[in-house]
Amino acid sequence: MISHATREILFDVARIRKDFPILARNVRGRNLVYLDNAATSQKPHAVIDAMKRYYETENSNVHRGVHTLSELATRSYEDARLKVQRFINAAHPYEIVFVRGTTEGLNLVAQTYGRTHVRKGDEVLISGLEHHSNIVPWQILCQQNEAALRVAPINDAGEVVIEDYERLLSNRTKLVSIAHISNSLGTINPVKHMIELAHRRGIPVVLDGAQAVPHMKVDVREFDCDFYTFSAHKMYGPTGIGALYGKASFLNDMPPYQGGGDMIKSVTFEKTVYNDLPYKFEAGTPNIAGTIGFGSAIDYLDRLDWASVSSYERDLLNYATEALASIKGLRIIGTAKDKAGVLSFVLENVHPHDVGTILDREGIAVRTGHHCAQPVMDRFGVPATARASFGIYNTKEEVDALVKGIYKVKEVFD
Amino acid sequence: MTSDVKSLYQEIILDHNRNPRNFRQMEDADREIEAYNPLCGDHYTIFMKMNGDSVADVSFVGSGCAISKASASVMASSVKGKSKAEAEQLFDIFHKLVTGSYTGSLDDIGKLAVFSGVSEFPARVKCAILAWHTMHKALNSKETKSTVTTE
Repeated sequence: MISHATREILFDVARIRKDFPILARNVRGRNLVYLDNAATSQKPHAVIDAMKRYYETENSNVHRGVHTLSELATRSYEDARLKVQRFINAAHPYEIVFVRGTTEGLNLVAQTYGRTHVRKGDEVLISGLEHHSNIVPWQILCQQNEAALRVAPINDAGEVVIEDYERLLSNRTKLVSIAHISNSLGTINPVKHMIELAHRRGIPVVLDGAQAVPHMKVDVREFDCDFYTFSAHKMYGPTGIGALYGKASFLNDMPPYQGGGDMIKSVTFEKTVYNDLPYKFEAGTPNIAGTIGFGSAIDYLDRLDWASVSSYERDLLNYATEALASIKGLRIIGTAKDKAGVLSFVLENVHPHDVGTILDREGIAVRTGHHCAQPVMDRFGVPATARASFGIYNTKEEVDALVKGIYKVKEVFD
Repeated sequence: MTSDVKSLYQEIILDHNRNPRNFRQMEDADREIEAYNPLCGDHYTIFMKMNGDSVADVSFVGSGCAISKASASVMASSVKGKSKAEAEQLFDIFHKLVTGSYTGSLDDIGKLAVFSGVSEFPARVKCAILAWHTMHKALNSKETKSTVTTE
């Protein structure tokens, strides 16, 4: 058992900050205070360098050529798959499908597994916390297949009401898809329990892991989820690349998502034989550089001690929550018992957009708006919130700068 | 406070935000247009009543950021009583002003001038122009009810 004090030594935030070149820049004459990590995180040197190295020394297409560069590129690309497999503790590398990001992962499941298993009169169950990317693909599917979308409600703290969730699981439910962590409120869903409840009725579960992977150790076999999807760019990797994990039994059974090169074994005008997993789902030349950067981001995170990361981030979130709660007229939206990385708030008589503009002039980047989660905003009766979201490089000094910035906003509007 | 924040949130804008003018429903409006900015959630309904070729009355209800609300308030009080051509000319001036292409003198455009700081904030141009676009649509619309969005 490592003591709290030892963990703080293990987790040296000053050293981590040096790994992220962008943190050294100024914004509008001030030190950048980047608190928009739930939208996208910054990238360490290691990730930027890995992609540069690929383009400078290995660039070629994968799975095709017999020439040296293609072999090198293929190896780097497939190494990244092994890294993702280990990162989420999947049983096999071929259970990892590279996709553009979480959104594509969810659309893929909806249009393959969903199209073939959700039939007329069936239901898909999501929660009231979901990002639009975990709502709209299911709406499209339900429209196509004449099925119905059901929503497990959330309470005033921003937690899914588990009794209601359980009640909504019926013999009509053919699929459950829920966020592991809410992007707008930071709520950590009790996914293991939610999966158990669904599995007891034989219903497979998809987890949207976009907000979880940067904050905690994810073990897909411990959860026993059937699908798990996440984006590299929220975990210090590049944009345009992510992964979909699916249990092999599901992936094998699913029709392809897109047709094209690399996803086939043989093609004639009469008949095409699809490739094995995972290539069946990877049509066309993939985002090779992005995938290599993704692998490098995993290497970067693997060097950190997850327990120290979690403890540091929890401490920072508690500090920020306390500091913001002490500001008169400020209301924190989302007060779940179990939260990670996100502080959504509204300021009395000031629209979040005005908050965001004034903070930006202080060098502080926060997200303002509905965070692609309009139903969550509706639930709390606000058109939008300002959201500060934290990463491994954020500090208490930056929280102090945020608090000072919010007082500047109040100064303008009071 | 940085000076460009002060130039964006001028006292007149803050005043119109706190006490918007012509902020009311209009029962006998000829035109009723919903204005919506899905990115930030600015959401207004603009009412207009015409008297021949001139704007007899303009009002609005709804909610949004300070810039969008003050802009709607200033729009309503500027356009009221003007002819259609005059209102369109004001729309043109305002559009140029907030996109940084207005070359005339700020002294000539009355209280519209307080929005000159907006052009320094590209992310906020849509907020400022929402109500004006809606007014422009209302002037040229044959339908009684419709919707304008920024996206």
